[in-house]
Amino acid sequence: MAEYRLTAPLKEEDAAKLRIGDKVLLSGVIYTARDAAHKRIVESLDKNEKPPMDLKGSVIYYVGPTPPREGKVIGAAGPTTAMRMDAYAPRLMQEGMKGMIAKGKRNDAVKKAMVDCKAVYFGATGGAGALINRCITKAEVIAYEDLGPEAIRKLEVVDFPLIVVGDCAGGDLYIEGRKKWEKK
Amino acid sequence: MRTLNAAQITEAIAKTASEKAYHIPEEILRGFDQAMKNEKSETGIDVIKQLKENAAIAAKGEVPYCQDTGTAVLFVEVGQDVRIEGNLEDAINEGVRKAYVGSFLRKSIYKDPLRRVNTGDNTPAVIHYSIVPGDKVRIVFGAKGGGSENMSKLIMLKPSDGIEGVKNFVIDTVSQGGANACPPLVVGVGIGGNFEKCAILAKKAALRSIEERNADPFYAELEEEFKTKCNNLGIGPMGLGGTVTVLAVNIEVYSCHLVALPVAVNINCHAARHGEIVL
Repeated sequence: MAEYRLTAPLKEEDAAKLRIGDKVLLSGVIYTARDAAHKRIVESLDKNEKPPMDLKGSVIYYVGPTPPREGKVIGAAGPTTAMRMDAYAPRLMQEGMKGMIAKGKRNDAVKKAMVDCKAVYFGATGGAGALINRCITKAEVIAYEDLGPEAIRKLEVVDFPLIVVGDCAGGDLYIEGRKKWEKK
Repeated sequence: MRTLNAAQITEAIAKTASEKAYHIPEEILRGFDQAMKNEKSETGIDVIKQLKENAAIAAKGEVPYCQDTGTAVLFVEVGQDVRIEGNLEDAINEGVRKAYVGSFLRKSIYKDPLRRVNTGDNTPAVIHYSIVPGDKVRIVFGAKGGGSENMSKLIMLKPSDGIEGVKNFVIDTVSQGGANACPPLVVGVGIGGNFEKCAILAKKAALRSIEERNADPFYAELEEEFKTKCNNLGIGPMGLGGTVTVLAVNIEVYSCHLVALPVAVNINCHAARHGEIVL
């Protein structure tokens, strides 16, 4: 289990070298999107329209934050459950997305796409909304404002603490981690 | 007959609901301390450390503990010797509205399950009323997270399935959904009653203190046994592998029909926000 400091957007070699259990402190620019925003991104790709952000090397964070207090950039901002985005994630990986940040298990199609497209799935600590808030230095709604907490935001993050839970070698920490500690 | 103004209920709920979003119960924090001692996985210990740090940051009152500030669930026990001046249900929802709008909490409630438009103020709350002796109003408030709620289940077992059937259903439900529900979990189990009563029992159990065991030693023992079995699953903090999957399994029971053995499992995440109000 290695420890890395990485910058987003991710380089192909950065995403490819990561393995489950690795600890990563991520800085740079990431984008937020949940179910409704994913649906719209895929619809625009299907119509050959440009998506609202450059997907090449992009890292997408599945989060619906609480509203910011006055003078603050964002509220509590912990990850949401990833499986609701499973229907859309493979398509985004084919378009160049290199990283996903969320929590919870993924389906086989997502795991296969991670291998095929050399992408990585980072786990953030679910429920740690206040802690993660401190890593976000800038937030700006860049698309789908009508979706409220589910609008696409461009975030600047510094040392966002993550654990690699899915890698491009097909590793899945939700399976391997449990296997190690299960008492029959 | 004692008179209670509905506005007092609004104020009390607004205060409790906004407080709980920032301050998770002390008993959960003690549960984290215990988990630090019991967790064997390094990754698991890292996660619990983050949860403790998260709780300390949230307690400063600027950022809620979790971005899913939940569905407001209230168990309202109205004493039969108290008369409420004003509309009780409106007063409860007004309290929820004040907290969620005024304290920068997330509004997560859709007006209609299929036509999905946000109500904008996190109302309506889910309210369970009961009439009890006395002249007080007692309210148990819970802010219930949606991710863990989605991992909950109910089954109508056959009486012949017996205690083994109950055990298997509870452990299977945690085994299948636990990793996605933000462990370490508080597992609420309802046994008995009928279809709807059973689900309400499980919710009551999920909002009970993790330090309080069932008053019946038979069920208290079962709670401990289920807890050990859940922790043996290896799911661990955040599902990344480890020895602490649940902080507690709480069981609530009720009498049931001779042909029935309903069981409900309501999973609560580590943000097990609940509080009690007595007016």
